[in-house]
Amino acid sequence: MKFPRFTRKTLCIPYAVFLIFFVIVPMLVILFYAFTDDEMHVSFENFIKFFSDPTKLSTIVYSLVIALVTTVVCLVIAYPVAYILARSKLKKKFVILMLFVLPMWINFVLRVNALREIFNLLSRSPALEWLADANYFKTVFGMVFDFLPFMILPLYTTITKIDNSLYEASADLGGSALTTFSRVTLPLSMPGIMSGVTMVFLPSMTNYVVSDMLGNAKVTIIGKFIYDYFGNDWHMGSMIALVLLVVVFLSTWLSGGFTSEENVRGANL
Amino acid sequence: MNKKKLLLSCLKWAFVGLALLLLYAPILLLAVYSFDKTDMIGKFEGFSLVHYAALFSDSKVLGMIGNTLLLALAAAVLSTLLGTTGALGMFYCKKRIKSAIHVVSQIPVINAEIVTALALCVTFVALGIPKSYFSLLIGHMVICTPFVVLSVMPKLKQMDNSLYEAALDLGASPFKALMKVVLPQIIPGVISGFMLAITLSLDDYIVTMYTRPAGFETISTYVYNATTKGNAHTAATLSSFWALTTIIFVIIVLFVVVSNLTGKKRKEADR
Repeated sequence: MKFPRFTRKTLCIPYAVFLIFFVIVPMLVILFYAFTDDEMHVSFENFIKFFSDPTKLSTIVYSLVIALVTTVVCLVIAYPVAYILARSKLKKKFVILMLFVLPMWINFVLRVNALREIFNLLSRSPALEWLADANYFKTVFGMVFDFLPFMILPLYTTITKIDNSLYEASADLGGSALTTFSRVTLPLSMPGIMSGVTMVFLPSMTNYVVSDMLGNAKVTIIGKFIYDYFGNDWHMGSMIALVLLVVVFLSTWLSGGFTSEENVRGANL
Repeated sequence: MNKKKLLLSCLKWAFVGLALLLLYAPILLLAVYSFDKTDMIGKFEGFSLVHYAALFSDSKVLGMIGNTLLLALAAAVLSTLLGTTGALGMFYCKKRIKSAIHVVSQIPVINAEIVTALALCVTFVALGIPKSYFSLLIGHMVICTPFVVLSVMPKLKQMDNSLYEAALDLGASPFKALMKVVLPQIIPGVISGFMLAITLSLDDYIVTMYTRPAGFETISTYVYNATTKGNAHTAATLSSFWALTTIIFVIIVLFVVVSNLTGKKRKEADR
């Protein structure tokens, strides 16, 4: 036996093996558990149970609403910030961008804990007493607080890439500031919006740490659901995970996410 | 006209300032109260380092900080090695293999963290691999490595391929050509991939939760359990977290300031 000659291609073997064992196999295992019962017989029971249980379906709708609100609020805050930073002629604007990314380096559990303490403090003053029970508001606020940098970064990179002469051309051809924005800036920043939205939408549907710590455990989102089932019923937990997986893949495929390699969270920082 | 412009730019920066305030207000307020005597937030009763003392005298807390840092470092080093070799190999593979690996490599990136974590956990149990430091490390590598690949790939694409061929023509072995010609060109991507891996590992809670061995605590699992489940010595521990948050925050700020200054010097030296 001769040892195969070293070529550049051989370098990808360790990574390929790693991916097979720890990415592909786990997905198959989830698929297997989702469609079997305790005696390991093939069963569609979980599938039927999942789609006929009103509490499960309402949790999904509830998570979708929370995620949607979070994403829209993030976009409304992040787009102007990214636009102002990207178009400004300030030499130090990179420092300001860094300021937005900095909090990401503190573990998010610590950050959310900080926010929780502040909410507790505020709700002790009489004017803000309503905060104590505003679980929904606090959850969304916490998610925005946590995921805002993920929205700003991709937006900033795509807006900086827009050629300055395009703005000038639009102005020369008589476009008002508003027309220039809606016909030039917005369409060209669409890829950034798409990747920002996927970076925020999915975590806010599944990150139950935020909803647990800020929502007094009264806000149940789909991620918490998986966690709860994982304690006693792996098959059902796997089924919910599988449904989530399918949703993620469909949305990524529809937005063309598999083809673009850039603009993924912070990869271009 | 000029006044209007000035007003507009004021408004613009006020908006940016408000967004920054949203991100920093909770952390800064907590930092202020971390120097307070009591562990009640809201009433400042006198300057004291009592929370810092509590933090540094609790061996459990110190242990979990060490765990977190060591894990992040180990996961980042291994992910960078695996990801860089993987990206290099992929780059030179045939298009079909390349895009197949690319799609699979995207799965942990786009997938919900809880699904990745649950799938790994179930797989470890199904294959009879006990929860250990190994499984935890694998879990962190699964979430970090794809990001290393993603940050190395663009650098490979920008690279001038004829340099590698020139090195071969001049008698270098393929391995030597890779080390001496290709690697120096992609090193910025490798470094940013490494930094990204550290960030992701430090920030992680969910994957750690599902793949860690029993009794192993990182900062995130410890804080989460202390705040939501209400452990015995909670009050004291909770206020030592304020100190911890402040310390991490200060380290980060110092890191950024220093890297900014040295970066400026480097740029000036280049001129």
